[in-house]
Amino acid sequence: MNLENLTFKGGVNTPHYKELTENLSIEKAMDPDVVYIPLHQHTGAPCEPLVKVGDTVKVGQKIGQSEAFVSAPVHSSVSGVVKEITSMPIPTGLTVKCVVIESDGKNELHESVKPKGSLEDLTPKEIIEIIKEAGITGMGGAGFPAHVKLSPPADKKIDTILVNGAECEPYLTADHRLMVEYPEKIVFGLKAIMKAVGVERGIIGIEKNKPDAIQALREAAKDEPNIQIATLKVKYPQGDEKRLINAILGRVVPSGGLPMDVGAIVCNASSVKAMADAILEGKPLYERIITVTGHGIKEPKNLLAKIGTPFKNLIEQCGGFTENAPGKIIGGGPMMGIAQYSIDVPVIKGSNGVLVLTEEEAKPKLVQPCIKCGKCLQVCPVRLQPLYLADYSMKKNFEKAEEYHALDCIECGGCSFICPAKRPLAESIRFAKREIIAKRKSKK
Amino acid sequence: MDSKTVDTSRAGAIALEKELLVTSSPHIRSNQSVQRIMLDVIIALAPAMIGSVYFFGVNALKLILISVASSLFFEALIQKILNRPITISDLSAVITGILLAFNLPASAPWWLPIIGSAFAIIVVKQLFGGLGSNFMNPALAARAMLLASWPQHMAKFTGTRPDVVSAATPLAIMKYGMSPDGGASATVQGATSSTVEGVTSASGAAGAELPELIDMFIGNIPGAIGETSVLLLLIGAAYLIIRQVIDWKIPVFYIGTTFLMLVLLGVEPALLPYHIFGGGLMLGAFFMATDYASSPVTPLGRIIFAVGAGILTAIIRVKGGYPEGVSYSILLMNVAAPLIEKYTRPKVFGEVK
Repeated sequence: MNLENLTFKGGVNTPHYKELTENLSIEKAMDPDVVYIPLHQHTGAPCEPLVKVGDTVKVGQKIGQSEAFVSAPVHSSVSGVVKEITSMPIPTGLTVKCVVIESDGKNELHESVKPKGSLEDLTPKEIIEIIKEAGITGMGGAGFPAHVKLSPPADKKIDTILVNGAECEPYLTADHRLMVEYPEKIVFGLKAIMKAVGVERGIIGIEKNKPDAIQALREAAKDEPNIQIATLKVKYPQGDEKRLINAILGRVVPSGGLPMDVGAIVCNASSVKAMADAILEGKPLYERIITVTGHGIKEPKNLLAKIGTPFKNLIEQCGGFTENAPGKIIGGGPMMGIAQYSIDVPVIKGSNGVLVLTEEEAKPKLVQPCIKCGKCLQVCPVRLQPLYLADYSMKKNFEKAEEYHALDCIECGGCSFICPAKRPLAESIRFAKREIIAKRKSKK
Repeated sequence: MDSKTVDTSRAGAIALEKELLVTSSPHIRSNQSVQRIMLDVIIALAPAMIGSVYFFGVNALKLILISVASSLFFEALIQKILNRPITISDLSAVITGILLAFNLPASAPWWLPIIGSAFAIIVVKQLFGGLGSNFMNPALAARAMLLASWPQHMAKFTGTRPDVVSAATPLAIMKYGMSPDGGASATVQGATSSTVEGVTSASGAAGAELPELIDMFIGNIPGAIGETSVLLLLIGAAYLIIRQVIDWKIPVFYIGTTFLMLVLLGVEPALLPYHIFGGGLMLGAFFMATDYASSPVTPLGRIIFAVGAGILTAIIRVKGGYPEGVSYSILLMNVAAPLIEKYTRPKVFGEVK
């Protein structure tokens, strides 16, 4: 099986801007004085708080959980006192309940944080339980709880675990640095997943613009016959899980389906590392690597930040804004990240970047009429017709939009990026999707 | 929430002084632009433009300039009248002007491109919604209109040598007969008062001899000013394909199908190169059939569109009443484009039927 220079059909070549941070080692973020830990950072049911105002908490202590299966507990990232439990905006754009903890600066570890034993001694069930208790979610995108992903229904036969190290979003280098600096953790985490799911094959997919990460992981996996490294052509959105499966395994996830429908499970590199930490150190997911970058930031950095640290603190540690910034502040990358109203929002488990664009970069472009050049069709990885979908959406003809497969859109933004007339194609299709889904729900 | 003293000391120093722009993703755009695409097409047409002046003299330059200027003028005028934003800076009207001029014979009177561009820009382009909404190629539609209205001007081709008053195009020669001994002069006085292209060309073509192939390749033959030089058109086309402005599939399938159809229709092998290099096939396949708005956007649709145009071109040339079929076949396929598009929707990734 060829694992070199793989790719998928469609996609765009974006500028990368990764040079701002790709060679900078991970630095520890300054300890925040106060953290704001959202009780709902994942796909699924929100957590209920396990602490109340005035309680003393320690690092790694579980402070929120839900009875629902599709949910993930949250943990304190500092030791200190719970000041308040209140609603506030978070980087996903939602306003959710957050536990506000004032740090005592001691970072005392909670007693539950201790090694969970060797991989040989743990049963698959125990591994999944450890991952669940550690609150691990997808750290690259939607924040889907990892233990749910690793517990496929019995009728879905899984044969391959893929680790997503593509990191195709421009600017972001958090996963890149993680792969360079913790390759053995990723290999360990992958082995744990393979054992938990009962799978013999693990493949780590990395875009070719990260040769040092490819090298590091090849080295770390050289004694693992069941683990391979796949190199991927540099093209956006290679990191979309269905594109990754298609590139590496040549399989096509059916429309509306999940990776497990074609025998694969995809986990983000950061999530896999978090799983290794959970087993080796008993450490729940309370901190993560985040790239603070953009031409609007004085000294871009890759920071290891505690969950709940306000964006503001990270920006401050990176020297603040440059002269003509901020024009726009984005949680995540420039292609799929979410623009923020405020810099008071906290880092969450899915925060892989804080991107600050200058005023010039953020300036809205003049929208011209569609010239039907067809470039949006060429780049669409799902082979949609963005120009017509956007047109139907703007005319509020959502039935037609649905007929043209609006719901298959993965919102990668490639069409809007490439459009010479600067039309808001992905934005319009996203709008149509929301309307179609809302209509479906109201019918039920 | 009050984070009190904790933030004011350090993080407070970077409090936001202005409002942030918040929009839906993506947040970056490519450096492609409509204007740049149009400029690329103009650059690609430049070699043939220079060639037309070289081969046909200052009259060609005059026609191109009048055509471009009046296209821009009519676009601005109609947009002003219709109270729409004036968009001549997108350069699309310049292309229509150049292509229209390219379709005229060097002997065309000065007012012909003015009437043509008014029709192309006002009727075909702007009344149907402007850039991107025209259902036909404006320059080709104008050519068809002019040919139907003033055939004596549109089908009277001059040769490239100064002593030639009027000459027949290679296609007309093939259509209406060659001199039996091959020695007759190409300089034949064309009838100027006939009402259809065929009659005009026929009288000029009878007894004429076909030019050398190399002259056809270079462009040193009678014809519309911009269509004669295969070489210069191909240089421009290569530029457009490299710049990914046009999809290579349309011209390749178009020319390929024309060739195959001509063979199937029994055209003598020796005459095939004249058909491929002659008339407006190169100009049409690379610069007209690839017009974005009037061709399908779907990959399969583009191939069907090109194949259809190729079949029609060959049939019109061999079986029809005209020596040339490129413009009508593209116009016919333009009209069919929405339908082709509808039935060639790409299969969505992972689509389950």
